[in-house]
Amino acid sequence: MGEELDKVYNVELKPGAGENYVCHLTKPEFAEKMANKMPTEPLPDDQMVEVALKRLDQLRKERKSLQLYLDICVRCGACVKQCHYFLGTGDPKNTPVGRAELLRKVYRAHFTISGKLFGSLVGAQKLTPEVLKNEWYKYFYQCSECRRCSVFCPYGIDQAEITMAGREVLNSVGLATKYITQVISQVYKHGNNLGIPEAAFKANCEFLEEEIKELTGVDVKIPVNKEKAEILYLPPSADLFTNTDTMMGVAKVFHAVGADWTMSTYASEAANFGLFFSYDDIKAINLRVVEVAKKIGAKLVIFGECGHAWRAARQYMEAMNGPLPFKFMNILEYTAEMIRQGKLKLDKSRNDDVIVTMHDPCNMARAGDLVEEGRFIIKSVCNNFVDMDPNAIKEKTFCCGGGGGLLTEEIMELRMKGGLPRATAVKEVVKSHNVNYLAAPCAIDKAQLPLVMEHYEIPVQVGGIHDLVGKALILEGQEEFEAEQAAKAEAEAAAAEGPSVCGLCDAEFATMEECCEHAEKEHKISKAQCDMACEPKK
Amino acid sequence: MGVLANFVVNVLPYITFIVFVVGVIYRIAVWWSRPSPIPIAVFPGQRSVGSAIVRVLSDVIFFRSLLQFKGNQILWLGAWLFHISFGLILLRHLRYFLGAEAVPGWVAAVQGIGIAAALVISIPLLYLLLRRIVHADIKWISTPADYFVLLLILSVVLSGLYAKYFARPFVVDVKYVIRSLMALKPVDLSTVTLNTAFLVHFFLVQVLAMYIPFSKVMHFGGIFFSPTRTHHFGGEAHTKQLEEA
Repeated sequence: MGEELDKVYNVELKPGAGENYVCHLTKPEFAEKMANKMPTEPLPDDQMVEVALKRLDQLRKERKSLQLYLDICVRCGACVKQCHYFLGTGDPKNTPVGRAELLRKVYRAHFTISGKLFGSLVGAQKLTPEVLKNEWYKYFYQCSECRRCSVFCPYGIDQAEITMAGREVLNSVGLATKYITQVISQVYKHGNNLGIPEAAFKANCEFLEEEIKELTGVDVKIPVNKEKAEILYLPPSADLFTNTDTMMGVAKVFHAVGADWTMSTYASEAANFGLFFSYDDIKAINLRVVEVAKKIGAKLVIFGECGHAWRAARQYMEAMNGPLPFKFMNILEYTAEMIRQGKLKLDKSRNDDVIVTMHDPCNMARAGDLVEEGRFIIKSVCNNFVDMDPNAIKEKTFCCGGGGGLLTEEIMELRMKGGLPRATAVKEVVKSHNVNYLAAPCAIDKAQLPLVMEHYEIPVQVGGIHDLVGKALILEGQEEFEAEQAAKAEAEAAAAEGPSVCGLCDAEFATMEECCEHAEKEHKISKAQCDMACEPKK
Repeated sequence: MGVLANFVVNVLPYITFIVFVVGVIYRIAVWWSRPSPIPIAVFPGQRSVGSAIVRVLSDVIFFRSLLQFKGNQILWLGAWLFHISFGLILLRHLRYFLGAEAVPGWVAAVQGIGIAAALVISIPLLYLLLRRIVHADIKWISTPADYFVLLLILSVVLSGLYAKYFARPFVVDVKYVIRSLMALKPVDLSTVTLNTAFLVHFFLVQVLAMYIPFSKVMHFGGIFFSPTRTHHFGGEAHTKQLEEA
């Protein structure tokens, strides 16, 4: 392990350090939209415990994972230092076992013989409204469901399963966060997390088409709402606004291989925030995808660079919404396969300005079985790639600190602390290999990691994998266009060197430079706007 | 040998047996019956049932997951040494259960290593106990039950060693007692020579056995049901699907 990362593990225990990180509570206008039919206001204290226990009992009977993971933990502590929020805050309730015990002690007190008989001697504690509001609500929203702990647990205990159950119990008594419920209600209204209406979505796609045309001279289509298409593509909606290079890279790949594809404004979002909230909402959000795919007769549904999309699809879609009349895959798998088949013309040297490392999104790697594809693509489109410390990549990747529904302003300090291990691993390769590009194929990473890198003063650019693909990919007709552009630019430069004439007074000069000086002096036209007066002599 | 000895030898073993067997079966039946429709395998993954089995067994036998982090290596050593010793000690004790006259050859063969394990096991046990006291984070997550089970096993081990090396009972009689219990025949305590050391050891073992179904020790059964390990990422890599589509 690198020395810097080693230091991160020497964390000082600070009980209570996480107490102050509290997400804003939801509002009735968001809560009422949820598919799980949660109460729109927190229940009164005298009803809370009963409802919560009923829900917990129901969940443990419905989910083997929950029942088992409540029962078999031996508190060996192997997971303690694997949680980025513990490494960042030092709060023992932010260790995976410490957080799970918040739920386990209630489970023991109400549902086990030993807990009923021996109480706190076996770590049992009865549920109270305070436990729900002060412990569960705080700490189950300081877990990003990244599942890193389960890799190191001798029994594979997955804290994400505990957190998801804990949040469902909280939902049942009306305790949910504003951020998550607001995002999900956007999906039900507009089809995407950002709440981009149909018209704006289409306008953005057109804008990106023009952008590609300007850069490559090629008419690359970004189709929306086609009636029939072979492929339905689901981007994270942020790719239409902030991560547009990723979207353009993907569109270029589809164009290059001649794919018949479309996006849909009914399901224009890959990410599924139901994962952070309830099974009902995972299913309802996935259902929109399934409906559109069926309607347009898609044979293949492709999910964009988005970790939470991939987990919801890979692990839940078939089980919850199946049987599915289509195949689905991730864009990383698709592009990797296209490269393998030699369908993409790539010029690696176009990415020679970057030295790349890759952040594995938790849900791509641990939950999604996708670690090699991204690396294969990067190595196919770049000459310079270096991996981070083995303890911080692939199935051992550290969360960016903003996953799991925690990408919200009010807990920014926690997010930065949670980003510490990832930042440290990046810092090591920046120092050792001059890495300047952090490839992160996930919209949450692309929102969170730039802040983390700035916070820890690490000079890297954060971007997607398809940003790099887009740069290296040469479309048909692009080279001719580029040659034309280059010739034009050369001609202009040559002309700028030659004799020039002032259009306002017909005075002639030996160079453009001299003409511009004249225009500034005589006609009060600044040099920046010199072309208003001077032009090359024909 | 009074009423108490008679209870420990002739009554309690049947209670212990019922509590242990029914308890363990009940706990496992609960896990078995819980539905698990969502495949939640955690990479590095199992792509088939076969590789899922390999993964579970590698955790059961080698504690593979504990080796994933450098900082857990001492824990791995302690835990593995403890469990393997525990297993060998159990095997050694089969000499009291198997064979009417002489014990089967393989049971005779493990006596030496079984005794070695009994001598060694206190070291990992003390380590497991000490780390709960010494490390602030492990201390924080520990409950009284965690100390209790370690102390209980330690007392079983020490009472066993004491009976073997300092107050040896007549082992032929020990075997006679166990075989009688297995045949559901009460033992007339006046016909055998059992000492207090044996009775204490025998009693503690039964307490441990009865405690197991109610405790975290059940992890020995639960490990076979863990969905993150037993599930697999179905079929081949998705690239295959591309060719079909």
